Amino acid sequence: MTAFILLRILQAIPVMLVVSLVSFLMFAHVGDPVAIMLGQDHTPEQREALVRDLGLDQPVLVQYWRFLGNAIAGDFGLSYRLSRPVAELIAERAPATLELAFTAAALALLVGVPMGVYTGLYRNSWISRLFLTFSLIGVSLPTFLIGILLILVFSVWLGWLPSFGRGETVQIGWWTTGFLTWSGIKALILPAITLGLFQLTLIMRLVRAEMLEVLRTDYIRFARARGLSNRAVHFGHALRNTLVPVITIAGLQLGAIIAFAIVTETVFQWPGMGLLFIQSVGAADIPVMAAYLLLIAAVFVTINLVVDLLYYAVDPRLRADRGAAGAGGR
Amino acid sequence: MAPPLLEVRDLRVEFPTRRGVLTALDGVSFAIEAGEVLGVVGESGAGKSMTGAAIIGLIEPPGRIAGGQILLEGRRIDDLPYERLRRIRGREIGAIFQDPLTTLNPLYTVGEQLEETMLTHLPIGREEARRRAVGWLERVGIPAAAQRIGSYPHEFSGGMRQRVVIALALCAEPKLVIADEPTTALDVSIQAQIIALLKGLTRERGTAVMLITHDMGVIAETADRVAVMYAGRIAEIGPVREVVKHPRHPYTAGLMASIPPLDRRVERLAQIEGAMPRLSEIPPGCAFHPRCPQAFDRCRRERPGLLDAGGTRAACWLHLDRAGRHA
Repeated sequence: MTAFILLRILQAIPVMLVVSLVSFLMFAHVGDPVAIMLGQDHTPEQREALVRDLGLDQPVLVQYWRFLGNAIAGDFGLSYRLSRPVAELIAERAPATLELAFTAAALALLVGVPMGVYTGLYRNSWISRLFLTFSLIGVSLPTFLIGILLILVFSVWLGWLPSFGRGETVQIGWWTTGFLTWSGIKALILPAITLGLFQLTLIMRLVRAEMLEVLRTDYIRFARARGLSNRAVHFGHALRNTLVPVITIAGLQLGAIIAFAIVTETVFQWPGMGLLFIQSVGAADIPVMAAYLLLIAAVFVTINLVVDLLYYAVDPRLRADRGAAGAGGR
Repeated sequence: MAPPLLEVRDLRVEFPTRRGVLTALDGVSFAIEAGEVLGVVGESGAGKSMTGAAIIGLIEPPGRIAGGQILLEGRRIDDLPYERLRRIRGREIGAIFQDPLTTLNPLYTVGEQLEETMLTHLPIGREEARRRAVGWLERVGIPAAAQRIGSYPHEFSGGMRQRVVIALALCAEPKLVIADEPTTALDVSIQAQIIALLKGLTRERGTAVMLITHDMGVIAETADRVAVMYAGRIAEIGPVREVVKHPRHPYTAGLMASIPPLDRRVERLAQIEGAMPRLSEIPPGCAFHPRCPQAFDRCRRERPGLLDAGGTRAACWLHLDRAGRHA
């Protein structure tokens, strides 16, 4: 098991290198940071000095090499736009994004899985049909539209929930949390729904399809023939057998939630990493963009590893280290 | 006189489809006495498995029991609510399915599945269930049962898995086991072992068996009585020796003649011309008449019930004379 984890971490290194190189090469073409930093009035000397300062006179590969060396040491450089260390900027914004992503993912799983189970078990009931119709909306409406609609209804018309920001937050060490204040929780509701709705409907449809598949199998019939209770058959036997694909998709979707919080954060002016990224793109702030993409790549690599480990926990057939003799233990 | 362990009366199972209602079982009646082994034979689609599924109330929707009764020790069970019938499944009527590779849940150890079944039905605790689970694995002939209790189904071979399935079917000590083609999916070399095991364990406990198979050899060796099914109906039912040696129904006779004899060479195997009709095309009268070499006018018009054919009962007009009063 340890060997497996080590191997996966080793495999992750080239992935991260390629992601960083590609993003770095791309960003060399997004705009001219120097012009943005200097503004309208500057002399050619000032410009040259700044270019030299930032190392932009070097070939891109040399720039990349330097960036990489510093990154390994934990130094992602200074933001061109804000002149503050990138690591500090991201650390400041990460709690907002992670809390939002966590809430959205929890919403998607805690609502999506039961809805999927229900529609799988009672596929002809009118509630199932209602859920399925609703899920079509979730799958087909773009995120920003859902966000704007929610703002319109709950902030503008009803005035129940705030339309932007995080509300009041509480500082715990370097982490700022919105979970502990009423206004923080209220501010979280609309963005979390906006961000989680697509994943929720996706998970619901996936669980439903898998349930329908599993309920047809012989071992479910046999479990019924053994007289097990419905509860045991549906949850102990059927749902558990749907988990491998559900974990795969849910894991990747969690990555997607963190990565694509950009749109939701923009709509709700949520002070997270996504908003930071969008603002950085506007200012051609290469160090921030590169660091952000690296972080997202790291998130995906980590999630993939966790998903693989969960497979092992869920499906005994994948536990390669158990011999065919498979003595004892669970 | 005590009622038989299981009695099926005039059972009718229908499948509503877009092109009309298909009748999968039509007027099926038979009884199984305590401790008896009833073989049920017939071609694929004759309704053997459907009969078994109807008894344990597990017909796949949209199929449904449209008529008749099923009685367990004189109590009707076909009209019980799901929850009451569930308590009978496993506890009073066990089931063994065809393919042991797919009947065990891959995510639970065999011990967990045995314990779960016993804890559902028997008033015993976890410790006792675990102890009995080991006992059952030993009884069905799994070597080193105490260690194998924690193994997952994929760690067993097909034959071993069917042994586990048998243990699962018997562990709550049912009075009747419905074994639906228990050896069909297995290697020929282990089929006999599995049948011997099933026979031994059920005889020991006085458990009745409804043995569904298309293998006449298995029936001849194992069953006390045999029911021959054709197109959703029982063609002939009687003591196994009578049915095998002196079949009264032309279909049974054809079936027996098509078994290759071991003691002499034959150039060609006998066969019954044609094929069993599809459910949507069952002819009027006797369902077998288009293929029957002895069919006459009445066979085409009127459906025969089970008539006393001397030794067995056969659904065939040829036996009307003997059974006169039943007609």
